[in-house]
Amino acid sequence: MSRPSDHIDPGQAAPVDDVRGVRLGFVGWLRWAWRQITSMRTALILLLLLAIAAIPGSIVPQRSSDPNGVTQYFADNPDLAPWLDRFQMFDVYTSAWFSAIYILLFISLVGCVIPRAKHHWDALRGAPPATPQNLNRLPAHLSASMPGTVPAEVIAAAERVLRRDRYRVRRYDTSDRLTVSAERGYLRETGNLVFHVALVGVLISVGFGGGFGFTGQRVVVEGQAFTNSLISYDTFSPGRFFSATDLTPFSITLDKFTTRYEERNLNAVGQPIDYTADVTTEVRGSEPIQQVIKVNEPLRIGGADVYLLGNGYAPAVTVRDPAGNVVYQETVPFLPQDRNLTSVGVVKLPDGLSQQVGLIGFFYPTVSAGHSGAFFSMYPDLLDPLVTFNVYVGDLGLNDGVPRSVYALDTSKLTKLTGTKTDLPSLELRPGETAQLPNGMGSVSLDSVKRFASLDVHRDPTQGWVLVFALAAVAGLLTSLFIPRRRVWISARKGSGGTVVEYAALARGDDPTLSTALTRIATAHGSDLGLVRD
Amino acid sequence: MTDTLSQFSVLSLYSAMAIYAIAFILFTFDLARGAGREANAAAASDSIVQATGEGSVATLTRVKPDAATQPRGRGRLARIAMAMTWLGFLFQLVATVLRGVAASRVPWANMFEFAMTGTLIITLVFLIVNLKWDLAFVGAFSTGLVLLLLGLAATRYYVEVVPLPPALQSYWLVIHVFVATLGTGFFALGFALSLTQLLQTRREQRAVESKPTRLGWLTRLPDSAQLENYAYRLIIIGFIFWTFTLIAGAVWAEKAWGRYWGWDTKEVWTFIIWTIYAGYIHARSTRGWRGTRSAVLAMVGFGAVMFNFTVVNIYFKGLHAYSGLS
Repeated sequence: MSRPSDHIDPGQAAPVDDVRGVRLGFVGWLRWAWRQITSMRTALILLLLLAIAAIPGSIVPQRSSDPNGVTQYFADNPDLAPWLDRFQMFDVYTSAWFSAIYILLFISLVGCVIPRAKHHWDALRGAPPATPQNLNRLPAHLSASMPGTVPAEVIAAAERVLRRDRYRVRRYDTSDRLTVSAERGYLRETGNLVFHVALVGVLISVGFGGGFGFTGQRVVVEGQAFTNSLISYDTFSPGRFFSATDLTPFSITLDKFTTRYEERNLNAVGQPIDYTADVTTEVRGSEPIQQVIKVNEPLRIGGADVYLLGNGYAPAVTVRDPAGNVVYQETVPFLPQDRNLTSVGVVKLPDGLSQQVGLIGFFYPTVSAGHSGAFFSMYPDLLDPLVTFNVYVGDLGLNDGVPRSVYALDTSKLTKLTGTKTDLPSLELRPGETAQLPNGMGSVSLDSVKRFASLDVHRDPTQGWVLVFALAAVAGLLTSLFIPRRRVWISARKGSGGTVVEYAALARGDDPTLSTALTRIATAHGSDLGLVRD
Repeated sequence: MTDTLSQFSVLSLYSAMAIYAIAFILFTFDLARGAGREANAAAASDSIVQATGEGSVATLTRVKPDAATQPRGRGRLARIAMAMTWLGFLFQLVATVLRGVAASRVPWANMFEFAMTGTLIITLVFLIVNLKWDLAFVGAFSTGLVLLLLGLAATRYYVEVVPLPPALQSYWLVIHVFVATLGTGFFALGFALSLTQLLQTRREQRAVESKPTRLGWLTRLPDSAQLENYAYRLIIIGFIFWTFTLIAGAVWAEKAWGRYWGWDTKEVWTFIIWTIYAGYIHARSTRGWRGTRSAVLAMVGFGAVMFNFTVVNIYFKGLHAYSGLS
C-alpha cells in the first residue's frame, strides 16, 4: 500500500530517487530491495500469489482438517502422494512456500504502513497545501462572476461555507487574488491505516493463539465423567507454549444424551433434528451444576470451550469365562458408519479366556435385512437394536509394544471363527441376550445400549483478540472506502464590476461524486452571499 | 400444508423464470438495437477520443459527471424489459417467501434454496442500482445469469423441504448466508460491468486506430472509464459484505465446530475470493494495473464466487456439506 499513483500532491514535487549513479553500495542495494518489496505492485502480486497458493489445499486433503482423507489419499495414490508430500501439499497452510508468501506480504504491508502513517501524521497536523496557480487544470473546476461584491467578503463567505462542510481551511492570499485552500476526509487515510494495522494484529493473534491453547477430544458414555487432565483425553494437541499446568481442573459428567430424528416429514425421515447432552459440571472448589451442550451451543467452562461434535451408540458388553466369571465388562463406543448409524466397534480380550479373543461388532439401531440376508440399519434411533459379533482368536498384537487403536482390530495374526467365510454364523444379540462363544470359550452378553457423546475441548486465549482486530479491520475498511478525501480551492479576484470566483477540487483516491460536491459548494457559497443564479 | 406451500412456491418460481426469459430477450434486443449503428459509431467515437485526450490530466482521478448528466435515455424495449424484471422479481420473491414459510425457517439451507435466494438478491441489487444509475444494458447479463442458475437449481439441485440439521440451527445461518448472497449480488453486477468495460475498451481502441469493429452496439453505453467507476463502486460494497461474511462465518464456526478457522474447503475459497477482490482494489491504484487488468481481476473474482457456489459445494469434501444433494 505505497502511495498510489493518483495521489500526487500538486503542491509537492514527486519524490525523486537518489540518483547517485551506477555504483549502488550495499546500503543502496538494501534500500532498492526494500523499495521493491514495499511497492504496491509487489504487494498486489503477493496478494494474487496468496490466492493461487491457497487453491491446492482445497483439492488435496489436508492433515490439519482431514487426516483420514490424507491416509486414504496415500492408499489411493501410492506413487503420487509421496511426491506431493515432499512439496508439503498435505500441509499447505503451514508449508514453507505458503508461509513465505504471506510473511513477505506482511513485510511489504508494514513497510508501507510506517512511512504512510508518518506522512498522514504530518498531514493531520499540517495545514491544507497552497493554492495552485491554475485552478482550471484541476479535475473539477467551476468559475463564476459575482457582480457587486468585493473579493474580501466573497472569500470570507467561502471560508464559512467550507468550514460548515467540515473542511479544514487555510487562507493563501497574494496581491492579485485571495484564496482559500481546504481539505477534508482525513479519516479515509486513517481508516486505511487502521485496516492494514488490524490485519497485522489478526495475523499476530492467530500466530500466538495456536501457541498458548490446546485442543483435546474425548468420548464420554452416558453415566461417565471425565476430568480435564492430560491423561483423560483420547487425543490431545497442545500449542507450542502450552504447559499441562494450564489445564483448569474441572469435570464433566454426561448424565443423558438425547437425540431427536424427523418422523413425520417423509422427505427427511431419520434426519437428525436435535442433539442434546445434559451434563453435570464441576469446577474444583464450587458446587456441581447441571448444564446443556448442543451443537451450536458450546459450554464455556474453566477458560475452555466444550463442543458437542459427534455421538453414537455404546453397547454395554459383558464377557464371561465358561465358569461364569466376568472377564470383561464395559460400554464400548461403536463408531457410526452411515446416516442410519450402523456402527462398528471392537472388543479385545487379551486375558481371562483360554485364548486371546477379539470381537468385531456391528451395531444396527433399527435392524433390517436386505435381500441377500445382510443386515443394515434403516433408522438411526433405537427402535430394534441388534449387535452382531465376528469372533477372532489368536494374537491380538498387544504385547509387541506397538500402540494400537481401541477402535481397530489387527486381524493379521488372528483366525476368524464366526461370520462370513467361516462355518459358524456371527453372534447376534439383542439387549439382555447372551450368546455362547465358539469352542466353549465362554459367553458374551449385551446388557444394554447407551449413547456416547464425542466432546471437543478447546482453549484459545487469543481468539477474542482475533475478533477485535477483525472488527477493527472492517471499521477501517468502511471509512477508507466510503469517506471521500477532497481538496477544494476557492479563489476570488477583482473583475469588472465585481468579483471573479474560481472553484476547483481534487480527489485523493476514488471519488465519483467530486464534481457534484464542488457544484454543491459553489451553490452554497452563492446563497451564503445572497446571490441568485441567473 | 408444507407440501401445498412448497408446490405453490415452485409454481411461482417457474412463472418468475418465464417472465425473466421474456425480459432477457427484450434486454438482448435492446442491446442489439445499437449494433446497426456502426456507421454512427465512428463519428461518436471521435468525441470519445477527444474526451480521453483532454482527460490526460483527469486520469489522475477519472472523475466524470454522474450518470444523470449523461445524455442517454432508456429505450422503450429496455423500459419494458425492466418492468418485466420487476414482475419476475415479485414472483420470485413470493416463491422464496413461500418456501421459507413451508419450511418454517429461512429459505437458504441447501443448494436449491441458496440458488433461489441468491438469484433473488442478484436481481434485487440489479433493480435497486438501476433506480440510481441507468445500467439497463447489464439486464441481459443479469437476467441471463439468474435464468441459468434457476434452471440449474430447479432441474439438478431441487430437494423437498426438509428440517434443519443441528449444525445449521443457529441465527448465524440467517446472518452469514444472507450477507454472503448480498455480496454475491454486487459481485455479479461488478462482473457484468467489468466485462462490458473490457469490450468497450477494445471498441475505443479500434476507434482510435480507425479500424472496423463489431462492437458498435456498445456506442450507446457509457465509456470504459465510466463503466470501471460503476464496477468499482459496486464491487467495494460487495467486498465489505464479503469481509463481513468471512468474519461472521468464523464466529459461527467457532460456535459450531470449535474453531474459528480450519481451512475447510469452503473457508479456503471464501478466503481466495476475498484475496482476489482485495487485489482488485489494490490494482485500481497500482500503475499499469488500472483499467483492463483490474477488470480482469474483477471477472476472475466472480468466477471464483461461482466456482465456490457450484463446484466446491457439490464436489469438494468439507464441513460445509449442506447442498442437500446426496
